Amino acid sequence: MTLAIAVGLLAAVGTWLVVRGGAVRLILGFILLGHAANLIIISAGGAFRREAPLVDGQLLAENAADPLPQAFVLTAIVITFGVTVYLLSLVARTAKQSSKVEDESIGRIEDPTDGGGRSS
Amino acid sequence: MNVDVAFLSTWALPLVFLGPLIAAVITFVIGASAVSRFIGLLVPLGVFAVSIALIIATMDGQVVVSQIAGWPGGIAIAFVGDLFSALMLAVSSLLVFTSMVFSYAAGLGIDRWFVPAVLIMTGGVYGAYATADLFNLFVMVEVALLPSYILMSRSGTLTALRAARLYLIVNLTASTLFLAGLGAVYGVTGTVNMAALAGLGVLPVVGVATGVIVIALSLKAALVPTHSWLPATYPYTSPAVTALFSGLLTKIGVYALVRIISLIYEPGQLVTVIVVIACVASMVIGVLGALGEGTIRGVLTFHMISQVGYILVGVVLAGAVGLAAVVFYLIHHTIVKTSLFLTGGTVEHEEGTGIIRRLGGLARAHPVASLAFLLAALSLIGIPPFSGFWAKLGVLNAAADAGSALVFAAALVVSVGTLGSMLKLGSGVFWGTPKGMREEDEETPSDVTVGPETVGATGVAIDVATAVEAPPVTRWRPLLVIPGLALALVSLGIGLYPEWLLSLADTAGRSLADPAAYVSAVLGGGS
Repeated sequence: MTLAIAVGLLAAVGTWLVVRGGAVRLILGFILLGHAANLIIISAGGAFRREAPLVDGQLLAENAADPLPQAFVLTAIVITFGVTVYLLSLVARTAKQSSKVEDESIGRIEDPTDGGGRSS
Repeated sequence: MNVDVAFLSTWALPLVFLGPLIAAVITFVIGASAVSRFIGLLVPLGVFAVSIALIIATMDGQVVVSQIAGWPGGIAIAFVGDLFSALMLAVSSLLVFTSMVFSYAAGLGIDRWFVPAVLIMTGGVYGAYATADLFNLFVMVEVALLPSYILMSRSGTLTALRAARLYLIVNLTASTLFLAGLGAVYGVTGTVNMAALAGLGVLPVVGVATGVIVIALSLKAALVPTHSWLPATYPYTSPAVTALFSGLLTKIGVYALVRIISLIYEPGQLVTVIVVIACVASMVIGVLGALGEGTIRGVLTFHMISQVGYILVGVVLAGAVGLAAVVFYLIHHTIVKTSLFLTGGTVEHEEGTGIIRRLGGLARAHPVASLAFLLAALSLIGIPPFSGFWAKLGVLNAAADAGSALVFAAALVVSVGTLGSMLKLGSGVFWGTPKGMREEDEETPSDVTVGPETVGATGVAIDVATAVEAPPVTRWRPLLVIPGLALALVSLGIGLYPEWLLSLADTAGRSLADPAAYVSAVLGGGS
């Protein structure tokens, strides 16, 4: 139940931050949404099973924690971390290019032909 | 023809993913040089060779499995090559090779990030086609996406950076949703092995949990109603990168949707109705949006949405017949769309703009590129004897088999829209009045000069001014033109001799509809 409430709170606040717009809120929002997804995976392994699987060479299968979701979450955290760092640098780069980065949505851009093309 | 299946499963299948990654490290260490550019061409060729061997090994419906690290089936993270995967690997590596040739000609090869980024991205895509594990699929998609973020923003202009930001946000949303869906699937089934999940979609909890993943993948595949990000991002990077993205990244989403829906859900479930509606909406909205766009890549990108609808509608229609249509359409579409993006990219590189209003009459000075466009456009519209004809015939056939009048009518009517959008490109860019000869607001069709080859020409008007003084002509670089033409000719070749690909698609469709061989190969012990 605690996990469910935590997931709900994280997802709600995360969504709110993303929808509010603005670069920093956006990034924070995605971090929270990522945490929500990770907690869902952790809860999928069964929150009641949290003992170490091997103690003094004895197998405690009864309450042994499921290692697979933990491996999933570990992988997901690394990926989210990498993407977040990239998103931060992208925002910093965009801010450098344009002084009015905050609250700017992309929409339709007039002239798309400046990407990589050899201008004549 | 004998292929050593043991060799394929032990070495070749994992190498399809690992090879490009290792090559990426090597090319990054070397830096931008002729050697790394050569490696960038060699890797897709190698993957193509492996995929041909895989096609030969699996064309009788056999499934090649590699249980990574030798764990028993069901526990190991398996790499699987069935005919569908093998065909996708073949067509992807082919388009990567041609796009690489184009990119080098366009001058992208001097960027030291370019070749490694493309190699990692393609490695992720190949891996996604080969994996039989949902979590591994998530990882592969991320492996493909991370370098794509770099490629997207590499030109460093404000427009590219903004597009990259939107692209990143959309994909982050999809990935988070995918992850949540994975958690839900694991929570209710205790496994994320795709073979172990086969047919479990009939249980409501599994169906809903998998539905979260289906929504996430629809976002990546740009299926309506989650399509609007595609035309706002793809046209704003360099043309070669757009071609690669269109042929690889949205196709992962499409591939994974085909695999998951056909494997996990059973025919007749609610999800099939939803998918049909989403596909028909995609067909219509995509083609209407394409008509309203003003740039070459804008039209092509919006049109992709329509094509995604065409591809995916077969998944839920008429079982094996529909799935065979899916396989054929997916292959046809990947080839033809990449060809169009490459030819359109040639125009952008050589003429300095992709805005249709500022172009026109290029066919006189550049007949080869115009021929490449014409062939690919005719194929996309679905005119015999091109591959597009057989692809559309397959969809219509599946719709008729399933008795779905809605899909049948939509597939026919939308073809007219496709014709319209291709006419817009054809008459606006390749035929018609050369630029500078035309007033800005004169855009009525009657004003357009049309070449003799153009389909559905309404009237031919010879503009006197253009005959008198043609603008100075510079020849386009052949290496920019050839890749698009080569792919268009592949489409023509498939269209002229469709039997072999139709029979392969038929086999692939039947094994997708009845995944018993796939399931037993993945779960049934070692290789």
